[in-house]
Amino acid sequence: MSAPLQSVLHPAGPDAAIIAHLSWVLFGGGAVIFVAVMALMVLSMRRDGRPVAARWWIAGAGIAFPVVVLTALLVWSTWRSAELSPQTSRGAMSIGVTAKMWWWEVRYHDPVSGREVVSANEIRIPAGRPVYLGLTSSDVIHSLWVPALNGKMDTVPGRVTGLTLHADKPGVYRGQCAEFCGEQHARMALHVIALAPDEFDRWLAKEAQPAAAPSSPLVERGRAAFLEQRCQSCHTIRGVASGARLGPDLTHVGGRLHIAAGTLRNHRGTLAGWIADPQAIKPGARMPAATDIDGDSLQALAAYLEQLK
Amino acid sequence: MRYHFSLPALPHARPLCAAGLCLALLAGCGKDEAPKQVGGGAPVKGQRLMAQYQCAACHTIPEVPGPAGNAGPPLAQFGLRSYIAGGIPNTPDNLSRWLDNPQALKPGTTMPDLGVSPEEARHMAAYLLLLR
Repeated sequence: MSAPLQSVLHPAGPDAAIIAHLSWVLFGGGAVIFVAVMALMVLSMRRDGRPVAARWWIAGAGIAFPVVVLTALLVWSTWRSAELSPQTSRGAMSIGVTAKMWWWEVRYHDPVSGREVVSANEIRIPAGRPVYLGLTSSDVIHSLWVPALNGKMDTVPGRVTGLTLHADKPGVYRGQCAEFCGEQHARMALHVIALAPDEFDRWLAKEAQPAAAPSSPLVERGRAAFLEQRCQSCHTIRGVASGARLGPDLTHVGGRLHIAAGTLRNHRGTLAGWIADPQAIKPGARMPAATDIDGDSLQALAAYLEQLK
Repeated sequence: MRYHFSLPALPHARPLCAAGLCLALLAGCGKDEAPKQVGGGAPVKGQRLMAQYQCAACHTIPEVPGPAGNAGPPLAQFGLRSYIAGGIPNTPDNLSRWLDNPQALKPGTTMPDLGVSPEEARHMAAYLLLLR
C-alpha cells in the first residue's frame, strides 16, 4: 500500500465529496463574478460609453445582485451541508482518538474480548461504512484533518468532539494536525487506512492479540534490550510490559506504515535511527535519545520492533 | 541536481587571478582526481534509493530529502573520504558491500542491514562517491 499525498481535491468519501463540491461551486462562482467585474471595468474605460446612473449601480449591483446570489448560495449550501454525515456514534463503529504532543493515540473496541485495543498514528477503518471518531486531547488543542475523507475537527482537552469518517473504498489517506500545537506540529501526521470490512475484522482480531513470543535469538535479544533500556517506562508492549501510556503502544508497531506520527516510513533502519536520536529527527519530541546503547543492541531492538506485526 | 566534481571557476579580475589559482591548487588536493567509478552503478538511481530507504533518518546527505538525522555521520563530500566507518578503505567495492550488509564488514556497527540488494548497493555507492 502506498500513501499518496493528502489532497482536498481528491475526495474519497461522501462527506469530503460534499465539501469539495461546495468549494468548487464557490470557486467557480467567484471566478465568474471576477471576470464580470473586470469586463465592466474594461467597458467603463470606453470613451464613447454612456454613463449609467449611480442609483442603478447601487440598487442593482449593490443590493439586488448580492441579495439574490447570497440567498441562493445560503439555501443551497444549507441544503447541501444537511447531507453531511451526522457526527454521532449511533449506528456507526466508534474509535477513540487522543491527540498528544505530537502523535495520535488510537483506541479500538475489540468485539470479542470487549477490551480496548490501543494503537497509534494510524486509524484503520472498514471501507464503505461510517466510522465515528471520538476525539479528545491530553495536552493542548489539536485538530484532526484527513482532507480526502472529511473536514477538520478540533480536539480539546477535557472534552470529546466527534468526527465521522466514511471511506468509499479501501486505500491510504494521509491526515495531519490542523491546529498549531507546538514545536512539532508540522510532523504530527497520521494515516487512515481503509480496509475491506472482512479484512478489517481480521486485522482487529490480530491487533487485539498480545505481542508474539520472540522467534529468533536476534529478536530475543531485542526484547531484552527493550527492557534494559527501560523503554517500558513510556511504551507498552502487551505481553511484555503493560501500563505505560506516555508514548505510543508498540504491541504491533511493526505493522504500521510509518513511525513518529507519519514522519518516517517504518523499517529497521528508520526504527534504529529514531531510537538512537529522535531529537535530530523531531526536535522537542518527548522521547529521549538512547545514548548508551551499543550497536548490537540497537540493531536487535530495531529488528525486534520491526517484527512486531 | 548538481554534482560537485569540477574545479571552482577562476575569477576574471587580474589581481584575484593569483589568489584564485592558489585556491584552485589547494582545492585540487584530492578533488581533481576523477570520481571513483562503480561498475553497474547509476548515481541517479542511487540518489532515489537513498531517499526511498530514508537514509536521512540517520545521515545528513545533500540533495537527499529527509530529516537530516544525527545518529550517523554526515555524508557530504563522502567521495573524498578515505575510510568507511572509520577504518574500511573507501573503495567502490567496499562501499557497495558496506551498504549491502554493514555488519559483515564491521560487527557491532549501529548501521542496520536494510535489506538493500547488491545491485541497489552499487547504485547507492555510485551516488555517494560523486559527493565531493
